[in-house]
Amino acid sequence: MTAERIKYLGAALFFAVLIALPFVFAAHWFVNLMVFTLIYAGASSAWNLVGGFAGYPSLGHAAFFGIGAYLEAIYFTHHSIGDGWLPFAALPVIGVCAAVVGLGVGAIAMRTRADVFAIVTITFLFVVQTLASNLRSLTGGSQGIGIKLPPFPPDTYERPYYFVLVALLALAVGVNMAAVHSKFGPALWAIRADEDRARGVGVPVTTVKLLTFSVSVGIVAMIGAVWAYYLSYVYPQFAIDPLLSVGIVLMAYLGGRTTVWGPVLGTFIIVPAQQYFAYQLGSSEFYLIAYAAVFLVIMLVLPRGILPSIADRIRTGATKKTAEPVPDDERVPT
Amino acid sequence: MHEVIQAIILGLLTGGVYALMASGQTLIFGIMRVINLAQGALVILGAYLTYSLFTQLGIDPFLSILITTPVMFGVGVLIQTVSLRRLRHGETAQLSILVTYAVALGIEGVLSVTYSATDRAIQPSYANASFTVGGYEISAVRLYACVLSLALLGALFALLRYTKFGRAVRATVQNPMSARLLGVNTETVAAVGFGLGAATAAAAGAVYGVLYSFNAGSHYDLISRLLSIVILGGLGSIGGSVIGAMTMGVVSSLVAVAAPTWADFSFFIVLLVVLLVRPQGLFGATLRDART
Repeated sequence: MTAERIKYLGAALFFAVLIALPFVFAAHWFVNLMVFTLIYAGASSAWNLVGGFAGYPSLGHAAFFGIGAYLEAIYFTHHSIGDGWLPFAALPVIGVCAAVVGLGVGAIAMRTRADVFAIVTITFLFVVQTLASNLRSLTGGSQGIGIKLPPFPPDTYERPYYFVLVALLALAVGVNMAAVHSKFGPALWAIRADEDRARGVGVPVTTVKLLTFSVSVGIVAMIGAVWAYYLSYVYPQFAIDPLLSVGIVLMAYLGGRTTVWGPVLGTFIIVPAQQYFAYQLGSSEFYLIAYAAVFLVIMLVLPRGILPSIADRIRTGATKKTAEPVPDDERVPT
Repeated sequence: MHEVIQAIILGLLTGGVYALMASGQTLIFGIMRVINLAQGALVILGAYLTYSLFTQLGIDPFLSILITTPVMFGVGVLIQTVSLRRLRHGETAQLSILVTYAVALGIEGVLSVTYSATDRAIQPSYANASFTVGGYEISAVRLYACVLSLALLGALFALLRYTKFGRAVRATVQNPMSARLLGVNTETVAAVGFGLGAATAAAAGAVYGVLYSFNAGSHYDLISRLLSIVILGGLGSIGGSVIGAMTMGVVSSLVAVAAPTWADFSFFIVLLVVLLVRPQGLFGATLRDART
């Protein structure tokens, strides 16, 4: 069996377990926690395409999350397309809309590099937030929009959202894997390592990075739409939250950006811990301090992430030749 | 026409205050390639310190700067030593965004625990006084604030231009490696530079607290403006950040005459248009490789 097949089998097994999970542990608090974990895992995984592989650390993904959430909510207020499972059918349309917006945003933002790019994208986030509060007739301003509660049976209320989110996470991870195992992958690491040289040797840099950005934000927007439907309510500060942008980046960093499974691993550690802190510390102020402290410790102790650190440990253990870690720019994602 | 000129005056006065905050931000980037997302939180921290000195001890907000700037200078040096010094070279810019964001969250958390979430405002006796010059009304506080900001900017400029420390800073900005070879202690320069950035935040915070009401969460609004200003002016250029701040002030207050809710938004549009034409900002040098 090749290493590649083991990877695909592992992925299949992981998603099979995820699908079985709510049948084994049916408690509401647990499935609810898993829904939020999946929201972040999908978003972080999608972010990884552009922030990890291509080396463009976007802080604007929450804007697209919000765009997806608002599209879902606005669609609801203007068209009664029925309830229950039907609203999920709007997801592909929402994803494509956000991807098109992403192409435009990327075309401007990606003229800048790494650090300035991060700032431009977070500025875009504030632009979208202002739009959401100012376009009152469309978005309801700071009041937000409510969505009619769907008639899912109370006992298994979370499950439809849960399964749709599992599918979206599978999509995000699938795109990551496809990128790694196709010509697209090497093009992305070339851009991350040295964009000018990549252009010089004939990598279609602009096309590759714009396409990556728009696929990435399209997936995030679909997740935002499911989130809006799950909470049945959106308003600007909540749907377009800089904390989400930075949260998914933190999760990717913890697990190991530039790896397929790093963001997922990071999320499955941080979100439950986050919920535990929020539950234990209650009031949001202490929660903020705790979150900031954890955040700092992760960045200072494990700046490379868990999976790359383990990979180095294995490599140096096996060869015993060198303890020199591979610089991130030269790392080939696994 | 009267309204337009009045708006331009207001915009320039506001711009002066933002210029001070933004110069700290851009200085920190210039020296260390650190994008300081905590600059807004430091300004708010400065505003709260001034608020406490004013309400508890009755110290005039403009006078309290003499106390708050040294304190905040220390806070800045502490933040730099604890959280930023250990970042690996090569990835500093990216990691610093996350680390300083965590610092901002921590400051926000501490402030909301200490002062609760209600809005505060510093109201000295002259808060509502104003002059009338040639038929145009000029708020006294805004005028003092702008004059003070420009004076401090002048002092900062002189410090960088004419002192030995200033030469060390400029050498570090141009080429950290050569600066080290020539005997500049770049670690100290970085710590002092971050301290200076925090000190400008303290002074700007006092002024901000007199002009606007604020709460622990106000730093989000501030940081989005500050980032836009320094990007517009060109990261690392203090002159650019002054021009950027003035542009922001004037554009926002002109648009506010017609449509108040769109005032902030209009500036973002200006920023996007400038980036479309000049990705490095108005006065930014083209970095050979932005990632190093």
